Amino acid sequence: MRSARGNIANFFFLCLTAISAFLVIAIALGIFLVLFKESYPAIEKFGVIKFLLSSKWDPVKGVFGAAPSLVGTLITSFLAILIAIPVALGIAIFITEIAPENLKGIISIAVELLAAIPSIIYGMWGLFTLAPIMAKYIEPALKKLFSPIPVIGLLFQGTPLGIDLLTASVILSIMIVPFTASVARDAFNLTPSVLKESAYAIGATRWEVVKDVVFPYCKLGIMGGVGLSLGRALGETMAVAFVLGNINRFPHSLFDATTTVTVKLANEFTEADTDLHLASLFYLALFLFVMSFVILALAKIFILRAKER
Amino acid sequence: MKGIGRRKLKSNLAFFVCFLMALWGLFWLCFILFDVLRHGITALNPALFLNDPAPPGFPGGGLRHAIVGHFLITIFATLIGVPIGILGGTYLAEYGRRSKVARFISALADIMISIPAIIVGAFIYAIMVKPMGHFSGWAGAVSLAIIMIPIVVRTTENMLTLIPWTLREAAFALGAPYHKVILQIVYRGASTGILTGIILAVARVTGEAAPLLFTSFNSAYFSLDMSNPMASLTITIFQYAMGPYDDWHTQAWGASLIITVFILILTLAGKFVISRRFKH
Repeated sequence: MRSARGNIANFFFLCLTAISAFLVIAIALGIFLVLFKESYPAIEKFGVIKFLLSSKWDPVKGVFGAAPSLVGTLITSFLAILIAIPVALGIAIFITEIAPENLKGIISIAVELLAAIPSIIYGMWGLFTLAPIMAKYIEPALKKLFSPIPVIGLLFQGTPLGIDLLTASVILSIMIVPFTASVARDAFNLTPSVLKESAYAIGATRWEVVKDVVFPYCKLGIMGGVGLSLGRALGETMAVAFVLGNINRFPHSLFDATTTVTVKLANEFTEADTDLHLASLFYLALFLFVMSFVILALAKIFILRAKER
Repeated sequence: MKGIGRRKLKSNLAFFVCFLMALWGLFWLCFILFDVLRHGITALNPALFLNDPAPPGFPGGGLRHAIVGHFLITIFATLIGVPIGILGGTYLAEYGRRSKVARFISALADIMISIPAIIVGAFIYAIMVKPMGHFSGWAGAVSLAIIMIPIVVRTTENMLTLIPWTLREAAFALGAPYHKVILQIVYRGASTGILTGIILAVARVTGEAAPLLFTSFNSAYFSLDMSNPMASLTITIFQYAMGPYDDWHTQAWGASLIITVFILILTLAGKFVISRRFKH
């Protein structure tokens, strides 16, 4: 009798935990389906290709296209990754190979704190502190340095105002460093010391061991970390919303204000007065969701594979 | 051994660059924290905590409405998200352990942790705000809970798998049913770890602004009613920092300081407990 009651209670608890676990799947699926349903009027009206390629965003005429905001998202994320990768790998190497034992923990925690600072703080700090510094010192210096060079010089045209692509990318890069750094650090720590020692034994220097043994061994882990950072950068909202403006056009140089999917959502979502406008915003959100989901899933697969070895 | 000197020099140089990179990371952390402290400290006074907003231009306005609103939204998000997260993590580590579906959910939760927060806001807008017809504190709490669930699921799963399997077997041998073993043995052993996971999850959602934009929205009035639009510190920072008044900017810095200090304390406490617990 007692054991029967125990069985029922056990089954009840099993169901409770299983439902909670499957809720994760339900949420992921639910987000996709709801975004799809809400954006359906826009999908019906503009299709996929036309929406992706059109650069018009005119709520008054009811014409919407995703190209400028998607391009803005991709450019800011790409630039941020470009700045963040060397920094993150440098930090990971410093923590695993160079730092003395008592410094390791401190640097690790400090880098992780960078990830703990809320994005709205990054945004506000970027607007009030970093943007003026960029406009006054760094961007004019860059302009002077690069604008005489053909082709590259084109990237540095225009008046440096601080509210632009470059500032947004710099802030994003600071925010995503911890993600690549911590994944890369874990991957470096997993490198078998036998491998490293055999390289030392044939006379390799410490850097050569890192470059020729650790890096190739951790390739998957590093790629996973970069993917994770990229996924974060794509979806970052508040930090970019402050320093990018919300101007629907393709940027011509690094000193141009532009927009991203997230900034557009943050600025227009609650103010959209036609159904089509709102549906188009949901359509943008759907693209962002699918894009970051795919990238994060790839990153997760890389990290899992790296651990399985 | 030709060029050993040059190779050594190159090695040292490369490591020096790595050292500089670590400094670069530290530099930004100190820069941001110092800047928030420097600006925020000028805004700290009793009025900031005790008063509701004054009309722009009038002195003595405060952020009581946003502090209380933020607190309520976060508390209810925790009350919704944490139990679901712990139960879900329990399934992955216990009943579903090593099954394909559990591994899939575990990986999916890892992905959902990093999904753009603003997407969650849009999702809740569609399923809660639109049917209800207005923004509400509840919608904000649910959207934060959705961000919390995968975090708590993953940390709970990790903490439960650390409990040795032999401990469970010992309890089985005494005839205890599985749910009793989980509730009375496994949870007890993993309690510190689970608590740390909860602390870190709360720290994470406390700083979120994007999911609240379309859900709890904003309000200039003090309110305890979760079924109406509700002010939160993060959205207030957004509104005040983008606004034209110097007074607003000062208060935004003050709000930033409050949030940053709160989150840093939670995060450091969580990390400290983890490192103490798993040292040996």
